Amino acid sequence: MKKVIMGNHALSYGAMLGRAQVISAYPITPQTQVVELLSEMCADKTLDAKFIKVESEHSAMAACLGASLAGARTFTATSSQGLTLMHELLHWASGGRLPVVMGNINRAMAPGWSIWSDQNDSLSQRDTGWIQFYCCSNQEVLDTVIQAFKVSEKLLIPSMVVLDAFSLSHTYEVVDVPEQEKVDAYLPPFKPQIKITPDEPHAFGGLTSPEHYFELRYKLQKDMEKAPALIEETGKEYEKMFGRYLGLVDEYCCDDADIILITSGTVGSTARVAAEELRQEGIRAGNLRIKAFRPFPFETVRNIVKGAEKIAVVDRNISYGHHGMFYEEVKSALYGHNDSLPVFGFIAGLGGRDITPSTFKEITNYALKKKKPEEEIIWIGVKR
Amino acid sequence: MIEIRFHGRGGQGTVVASKILADAISKEGNYVQAYPEFGVERRGAPVFAFIRIDNKPIYDKSRIYNPDHVIVVDPTLIEAIDITEGLKEGGHIIVNSEKKPEELKFPKKFKVATINATEIAVKHKLGTLAAPIVNTAIVGAVVKILKLAKIESVLEAVQEGVPVKPKDNAAAAKEAYEKS
Repeated sequence: MKKVIMGNHALSYGAMLGRAQVISAYPITPQTQVVELLSEMCADKTLDAKFIKVESEHSAMAACLGASLAGARTFTATSSQGLTLMHELLHWASGGRLPVVMGNINRAMAPGWSIWSDQNDSLSQRDTGWIQFYCCSNQEVLDTVIQAFKVSEKLLIPSMVVLDAFSLSHTYEVVDVPEQEKVDAYLPPFKPQIKITPDEPHAFGGLTSPEHYFELRYKLQKDMEKAPALIEETGKEYEKMFGRYLGLVDEYCCDDADIILITSGTVGSTARVAAEELRQEGIRAGNLRIKAFRPFPFETVRNIVKGAEKIAVVDRNISYGHHGMFYEEVKSALYGHNDSLPVFGFIAGLGGRDITPSTFKEITNYALKKKKPEEEIIWIGVKR
Repeated sequence: MIEIRFHGRGGQGTVVASKILADAISKEGNYVQAYPEFGVERRGAPVFAFIRIDNKPIYDKSRIYNPDHVIVVDPTLIEAIDITEGLKEGGHIIVNSEKKPEELKFPKKFKVATINATEIAVKHKLGTLAAPIVNTAIVGAVVKILKLAKIESVLEAVQEGVPVKPKDNAAAAKEAYEKS
């Protein structure tokens, strides 16, 4: 059924259709609306789940871990400061191989206090062992939550479904809300091999000596390496059932492109508009929106940019003392494979400054004018 | 693609108006994107809401700077801020006002229309006398003047999406539609 819903509620509907059994959260703007709707669904029995109120995000994740250990499908959502407060337990989730699914609304980190979008909150969690999906529409948010449960439970690795503050969280879009029976057919119930119940007691997270710890981490990485193929496979299966493909990346006109914009989130949606307009002006531009940041789709990116003359990576984030984080990944993907391809790294839109089709035209024109990047970071739209 | 900006004051239901309009348009199979001003709202302070409408998927997620039309929910804003900022030439300005369009003295390059939504809201007992809720009446007028949707779609959207007095709100939308 088609509904006009905001991004926050797209997360709620995804969790509802995915039949989350335990939801624990601490409210933080703008995710408050995600769990507000879920709590209503739990109250009126639209969703048969236990809703656990807690006193902090740290506890919200802790509650999800406990529930997941007991064999429940668990969901939570957060944003910015809330996500970073969870940081310790993000490691517990992945290290404990608990397939929690979490929505995160990208909001810039304080100080200065901000409620606007950038990616530093979630990208600074990149080494916690979570799968990360960056979405560009409310439809994609809803669909990805359902897919994330499937991928996470198969690999026993938690997933984060990420969306931009305001430009998705508070933006209403037309979303096709799938039927429950069809979602049930796509996503079977969570049946972990090992769970802790009073009848099946186990120890969890005990002291692990150097004799064993290394192998646990090796296995986590080996399973993470299976994620790209599994995301493609479950994304194609989703397309068969619901008509919408959910892949590692979303490419627009990259085949014959001279210059390819590499983007993520809603910025990657606006970039598509810019690429279309640039083509009308005679510039062969393409847009490669990266959806899965972890695992990073190295091979897919390498294959898509093969024929391009230039690459412009647009980051709404920064690793201080380094570069934009997508820029780093793209360069790392190309190293030793396509070393002569100039890759330009742009930083734009921190703290919610708008990124418009004209921003991409400025970026494209800059990259077309230069033979190769002359600066480590090319700042777009900064006042100095 | 049509881009519209709403001007109101916090607490008047301006964002809800854009949502009802989005619902009505989506019922007719078109694509919509509606969003409030990216920021914090305060009761009584000027607020904005935006909507994009198209017959194909809308990929542009940047903000609207040059709207095709402007809707003014609270006429006192005309004195307070420049409601025509960025408005395209030939665009409509639809104002909740008891005045005639020509009395509002906007530049000739814009098409001005007025609807006394406050009177309609008071008549249908929406909100209070001091703070009537005019959003449903506004939407009724807007879809007629801009030919965005059928009144039936608006009435359906109001019945489904307005939590308080859905019938009275629908009647207000209908009356505003007929008077526009």
